[in-house]
Amino acid sequence: MAQISHDFEHAAIKALGNKQLRTNFRRVMTGLINKRAALFPDPDELQALRARGAAIKDRALAKLPDLLVQLEQNLIANGFHVHWAESVDEGNKIILDILRKANARTIIKGKSMVSEEMHFNHFLEENGVQALESDLGEYIIQLAGEGPSHIVMPAIHKNKDEIGRLFQEKIAGQPYTEDPDELTDAARRVLRQLFANADCGFSGVNFAAADTGSLVLMSNEGNGRMSTHLPSMHIALMGVEKVIERLEDVAPLISLACRSATGQAITTYVNIISGPRRGNEKDGPKEVHLVLLDNGRTKIYNDPELRQGLRCIRCAACMNHCPVYTRIGGHAYQYTYPGPIGEILNPQMQGIEKAGDVLHASSLCGRCSEVCPVKIPLAELIVRLRREAIRPAGTAVKGGGSRNSSVENVVWFGWKTMYASPLLYRWGTWWLRKIGNLLPSGIPLLKQWTSVRSKPQFASRSIYDLARERGIRDE
Amino acid sequence: MSNNARSAILERLRKAPKKPIPDLPPWSPYVTTTESAFDRFRRMITAVKGEVIETSRANLAATIRQVLADKQASNLLYAPNTDIGKTLDKAWAAEPGPRLVPYDKPIEDLKSVIVNDIDAGITSTMGAIADTGSLIVWPSVDEPRLMSLVPPIHIAVLEVSKMFDSFPEAVAKLGWNKKPPGNTLLISGPSKTADIEGILCFGVHGPKQLVVLAITD
Ligand code: SF4
Repeated sequence: MAQISHDFEHAAIKALGNKQLRTNFRRVMTGLINKRAALFPDPDELQALRARGAAIKDRALAKLPDLLVQLEQNLIANGFHVHWAESVDEGNKIILDILRKANARTIIKGKSMVSEEMHFNHFLEENGVQALESDLGEYIIQLAGEGPSHIVMPAIHKNKDEIGRLFQEKIAGQPYTEDPDELTDAARRVLRQLFANADCGFSGVNFAAADTGSLVLMSNEGNGRMSTHLPSMHIALMGVEKVIERLEDVAPLISLACRSATGQAITTYVNIISGPRRGNEKDGPKEVHLVLLDNGRTKIYNDPELRQGLRCIRCAACMNHCPVYTRIGGHAYQYTYPGPIGEILNPQMQGIEKAGDVLHASSLCGRCSEVCPVKIPLAELIVRLRREAIRPAGTAVKGGGSRNSSVENVVWFGWKTMYASPLLYRWGTWWLRKIGNLLPSGIPLLKQWTSVRSKPQFASRSIYDLARERGIRDE
Repeated sequence: MSNNARSAILERLRKAPKKPIPDLPPWSPYVTTTESAFDRFRRMITAVKGEVIETSRANLAATIRQVLADKQASNLLYAPNTDIGKTLDKAWAAEPGPRLVPYDKPIEDLKSVIVNDIDAGITSTMGAIADTGSLIVWPSVDEPRLMSLVPPIHIAVLEVSKMFDSFPEAVAKLGWNKKPPGNTLLISGPSKTADIEGILCFGVHGPKQLVVLAITD
């Protein structure tokens, strides 16, 4: 994957200077915002549905270990093979073993953000297995050698001329066109043959119902179905937080996810998979595997406040509505998940020392919390993680306390002392009024601030003095 | 190895602080119109480019013939053991039409034909959901999964008497909460994508066209 640097600040500044990128994102995000709004005309209905969705996920999380066991039992009874992986490495190894045993050399993939989390394609390629993306967006970025910039529309940073040139270069016999229908047709032609010849199909999972032992997959393109119906083996991958109690609970969740994500009543296909090909059935995979991945999720689960982030149903509404995401796009976030949900997941999965920078990619305007269909208080969680980043010896989060700086501590201590004592405060502000404007902007601490802003001007008289003069008394 | 992972994951989850199990607040699917369930279904599915043609049991074969002619389909993938299959066999014996291709062997023996040569496929449905404009398709031994997916045109036969208002109603009435439903599909329109600049295009991997033949008697 093209993750050139892990420096959020530079990546963000670079993205801000890219006019094309900003235009692409602005247009599509505005479209998605409008489409979502059109599908939620009744605010009461929206709130009732969100409350229901959040409660379904909260109930599932409250019973998570029991539900996982129940899910496993029912899946096995339905003929699935179930595997558990604590880490990305373990998950990758388990899947490679399954593929080796089956002598599989090519797999065709439906969309899976968890597999992005595992850098799965790269790992398989290193081990001699070809992993081919089949979601149109994922196919485009795989051809371009890039990572996804959005969790629902992975290639949304590219415009149609860029895609036209990419197809012309990478698909044999494909002439240049910027007509989206022709481009879609070209991808259909190429991918059909790949589906037919692949040894194994691969998919993510949107919801897993514990009561029936079923996996629920949503897709618009049908590539999810192609990957799971056509090859003779199917491997599904999901985070442990995806299980819910009852199959019937998927109805409100699907409604929330589809309306929030793309402003659709429902995706074209909702596929409920309850087992492999049976008896004399003529198609479908002969073997179905499910890999359950932890990768930091149990750590998130351990904190009752942060646990709320595990309600996420990956609809992307938070990023579509984020004023920061819309301007810098998804790649600037550096790790798998962009936007507000990425600000919460990446630092917790990668560790704050590595991925803590993105915690500042928020103005805390709260739009994300407002639109989240499962009521995750994203802005609050971002603040909580900012606190964890500097809390000395914090253990709630991987890399907690790693952003603690002694200089900052001294500054804040001074600030606190000064503001807690009227005498010191008056003395301090008296001095600032006298010499504040003489301070050169190049001195340490001030330098960083003034590199992008003009230096504040200190007034010669404080508002306190002015108020006194007008006869306003302390209450 | 994975067994260790299993116990480690479960143990961490069990040791984590407990939170109360909330009750589910009331919710019912959103209905704002007084239209009949079928009218709602038709409005929803045509909004996403599905076509709905009303017909009757007696006219089914003729309607299929007409659709194939209109769409210039030169062949039709069908399931010979189903009611629809038998109707087609009988009608085609009396008056031949576009070639009927039976899905009567495992996919391994039919792959190239199904992936490359088929213009249209026909399946039954278990009914439809008004709320979201979705067909309920339940692939079976006779009617395999790929029939509704691989051909560029999918013709789906719906008995209008089998309408459900919502997905939860379908789950309850079909008894899925008691017995797992097997592999089941909700299909709401032809295959589509908006992955290129958010512009809607139809027929990426699945059918480009979906024709619902609604049997009203
Ligand atoms: S955090 Fe909420 S809004 Fe963001 S992707 Fe997850 S469910 Fe959607």
